[in-house]
Amino acid sequence: MSAAEPRDGGVVATGAPAPRVEAPVGAPGTPAAPLTPTHRSEFLYFAFRNWKFVAGAGLVLAFLVVAIVGPMLVQHEPLEFSGPTDQPPSSEYWFGTTSFGQDVLSQFVHGLRAAFLVGAVGGGIAWLLGAAIGFTAGYRGGWLDDVLTMLTNVVLVIPTLAILIIVAAYLNVHSYATEAILIGLTSWPWAARAVRAQTFSLKTREFVDVARLSGRSTGRIIGSEIAPNMSSYLLMMFILLFGGAILIGASLDFLGLGPAESVSLGLMMNNSFLASALLLGSWWWFLPPGLGIIGVVGGLYVMNVGLDEIFNPRLREK
Amino acid sequence: MIRYLSRKVVIYLVTFFVAVTIDWAIPRFMPGDPIERLLARMQAQPGSAEILNDYYTEAFGFDVPLWQQYLNFWAALFHGDLGVSIANFPTPVSELIVGALPYTLALLVPAVLLSFWAGNKVGALAARRKTLDNTVLPASYLLTATPQMWLGIVLAWVFASTLAWFPVSGAYDFSLQPAWTLEFARSFLEHWVLPFSALFLVAFGGWAIGMRNMIIYELEADYSNYLASLGAPSRLVRRYAYRNALLPQITGLALALGAVVAGALVVEIVFSYPGLGTLTLNAIQNRDYFLIQGVFLFLITGVLIANFVIDIAYVFIDPRTRVGMQGGP
Repeated sequence: MSAAEPRDGGVVATGAPAPRVEAPVGAPGTPAAPLTPTHRSEFLYFAFRNWKFVAGAGLVLAFLVVAIVGPMLVQHEPLEFSGPTDQPPSSEYWFGTTSFGQDVLSQFVHGLRAAFLVGAVGGGIAWLLGAAIGFTAGYRGGWLDDVLTMLTNVVLVIPTLAILIIVAAYLNVHSYATEAILIGLTSWPWAARAVRAQTFSLKTREFVDVARLSGRSTGRIIGSEIAPNMSSYLLMMFILLFGGAILIGASLDFLGLGPAESVSLGLMMNNSFLASALLLGSWWWFLPPGLGIIGVVGGLYVMNVGLDEIFNPRLREK
Repeated sequence: MIRYLSRKVVIYLVTFFVAVTIDWAIPRFMPGDPIERLLARMQAQPGSAEILNDYYTEAFGFDVPLWQQYLNFWAALFHGDLGVSIANFPTPVSELIVGALPYTLALLVPAVLLSFWAGNKVGALAARRKTLDNTVLPASYLLTATPQMWLGIVLAWVFASTLAWFPVSGAYDFSLQPAWTLEFARSFLEHWVLPFSALFLVAFGGWAIGMRNMIIYELEADYSNYLASLGAPSRLVRRYAYRNALLPQITGLALALGAVVAGALVVEIVFSYPGLGTLTLNAIQNRDYFLIQGVFLFLITGVLIANFVIDIAYVFIDPRTRVGMQGGP
């Protein structure tokens, strides 16, 4: 997962070795002249012309709609023993049924909802922690930087899943919110490292010096001078943390460390595996949860590449 | 170089200290009494509950002051004593872990090294060929977003359950005993292919994306343009770019170790591969606390050692770390 992290100079999408800056399709003459009303509309202009962003965001949005609306529309409760057992997809049960006669479609849409919850809360907490620690360490420097960097390095080396296994084994996890908080508390280090490095290079710029001379507080300088200059970076960081949290959550649920008596995509894999769906050939049971995760997380990653090209004019294709 | 390595060693020692402290603190300070939960699971008869309670209190060492519990924990650790497994009483935890370790390493080490090697090669190739780029890149993004256990399930379903090319579970045929024979080696290899592939493919995607992006970045750097304008053949330019692009990839390898280990654990479970992952699952299901704690410490120690190996490799690859300048992962 770390291979998908944004790096300085990051994700470049041109196939040619030499740098090539070409005018965007549809912009007559110099690209800047006809379309500079505001920053936002320029972002949207390029966003909708980037197929990676459109495809990725579209995929994530589609799954999000299913996760929000789906649970209201399905006929059966996810854990209800409602129908015949081990049925392949049919007109009544679109995704078939489990060995216990549960509706797979219903489990899938509820599981997607849990995945988005874990991604948003877990990724959100990791993002907040990473940004706060990175900004503080990078801007303040000195002993505070040493302490925070040491903390970051320690948490970075400890495998997230190992620590989650031991915590979740003792602390009975009752809800996906708890699980998401645990994930958020352990998966922030690379984000903190990235933010710290960026802050380090930004804080020596003149406009930050001017802000400091004018007597503004540290918090306001970070909020109004430094953070806006790396807003694209912060957004992409959130997306990667979001996807990472979903994957970690799925592993935890698969190990049986998530909330019991609930529905999630990882738990669906766990249940189908324990019920030997593999040997019975009940593909309709174990394929959807994985495809759902690939759809959401893969969509997020592709969207991220698109965003990189949108924010960085040098990388734009065509 | 000494400064660079000693800085790293300090971090690892602190990490080890923190990990041991967490390992010690979690059973003691988490809400709920682990002993009570164990007894509830066992549904002990009225008379025996008290005896068991006494036994576990002593086993956890709860009957002495906290500071002494902490020191005892360290002392036991240095004697290699990680406690006794509750589910496999009275086998020591360390014995169970040492028995499972070879299987995990047999999956993990080849998967990490081969995926790193192949991913970097293919990623570097993709950066120069448009058609390759348009096929490898989308596939890589899908692979990095795939949960390893799901890929394992799908591989087992297609190649083991449906096509019957490979066995579904275990590390070797049940009729065999582990031995240095050709028959066992063949059986072992057959059982190894699918779990290895699941780990390899997911990791491969990440390295391919990373290398492709880094190579393009390096090829746009001034030194590449300068070299090219001198008339150097593009193969030479690419070789320089590759070596520079490899450095952040190795840093990425150190960062990814935790995720790779996690992937190995869940893939093992899918194939009932008798390594640390299956051991962990059994420990979780049996609430075998000493075993869970032992595996936790073992995983962290392993990751720390691997990190240190990468640091040493970095000294050989990146000259900046040798002369005491900044650099390194």
